[in-house]
Amino acid sequence: MPNFDYEAPTSLADALELLSRPGEIRPLAGGTDIIDQLKNNRRNADLVVDLKRVPELLALDSNGSGLRIGSAVSCTEVHNFTAKNGGFDALSESSELVGSIHIQNRASVGGNVCNAAPSADTIPSLLIHEAVAHTASASGGREIPLIDFFAGPGQTVLEKGEILKELQLPAPSANTASAYLRFIPRNEMDIAVAGVGSLIEVDPSSKVVTKARIALASVAPTPVRAYAAEEFLEGTVIDEAAIDKTADLAVGAAVPITDVRGSAEYRKELIKVLTKRTLNICLERLA
Amino acid sequence: MSKKQIKTTVNGVEHEILVDSTWTLLETLRDHLKLTGTKEGCSNGNCGACTVMVDGKSSCSCLVLAPEANGREITTVEGLSDHGHLTPIQDAFVENSGLQCGFCTPGFMIATTALLNDNPHPTENEIRLKLAGNLCRCTGYDKIVRSVQDAAERLSKA
Repeated sequence: MPNFDYEAPTSLADALELLSRPGEIRPLAGGTDIIDQLKNNRRNADLVVDLKRVPELLALDSNGSGLRIGSAVSCTEVHNFTAKNGGFDALSESSELVGSIHIQNRASVGGNVCNAAPSADTIPSLLIHEAVAHTASASGGREIPLIDFFAGPGQTVLEKGEILKELQLPAPSANTASAYLRFIPRNEMDIAVAGVGSLIEVDPSSKVVTKARIALASVAPTPVRAYAAEEFLEGTVIDEAAIDKTADLAVGAAVPITDVRGSAEYRKELIKVLTKRTLNICLERLA
Repeated sequence: MSKKQIKTTVNGVEHEILVDSTWTLLETLRDHLKLTGTKEGCSNGNCGACTVMVDGKSSCSCLVLAPEANGREITTVEGLSDHGHLTPIQDAFVENSGLQCGFCTPGFMIATTALLNDNPHPTENEIRLKLAGNLCRCTGYDKIVRSVQDAAERLSKA
């Protein structure tokens, strides 16, 4: 481990002051990524700022306008909250897939976002629910649509001294369903070979899709949206043929690499299969 | 290297400890408090040998910094039994051969205790899902699953 100092501020103002200091200042929420990265010298730090005692970053609430998730709220809390209150099924599913329960109890959804792994399980779910990242820094804050938040593997658009404060997700309409699936070689505790989150809003009488959002994990340097697939599906009556065409179009957004987890060709096939499956789950949920 | 004075409750006993900012909770428990029941396996959150409870939530102590434990309540495997009397979960593992070499067992004790606290009657699928973060290279898991099912039954009768 590098020799770093540790502070646990109890107000957002104090946290932002610490983060604005010179040197490598690392925010820590659950720590399940950053502590491992520090141990293995993959990231450096002069000061680690523990954000778990900052009340503003622990907010988790919903109202008619949407869901708010403070950046230090654990995956377990997000899973339990969304499983109980409904409306965000894909997020509920994906926050229960990040590592083991022991990891989910500490790891935050905000940290999963800021770690910016292309394979991060919660990100496609947040993207299809049109999450907006609200940031904070000593000089103010920004609102960044989550799709614009990622700059590459492990890279975000956050500037020095700037942190993710919270994620805000608009409330979906009653005729909306979402689902997230990933493929891994075992049943749990692994990194996605590929992942797909789908959200559809369907007119109950005509079965015409009025909104479609599809986001992919592990098939590009950042999480991506399958825009062509979304555009095709919107305005279409959803049936088996429409789902097949949508899945084929979703593959077009995938630019995967071949690595130890799977070949590029295999990952593209997975995107097709997982897109179909998530759309069918959405239809079951709307039925 | 900077030092931090922390106050933490471990197995019901309050400790004031001068820790280094870079120590993990696992190192603090094993090397400073000599609570060596908690094991170090992979040191990266995959194996679960170092599982402890932090404020009642199962956590990999290799991925917690010592100063993060300030003001928190920690439970290790040493804190489960009552004056040397094994808990129903521990009895169930012994009687169902839910262990062989025993290295992973402290982690399974904590993970099972946390699981049954949250969900007293888990299905086999739920047991396998919630214990997926604890690796065992001896048993093949079936006897561990049977042990947890037996433990749930014992606790529901207790």
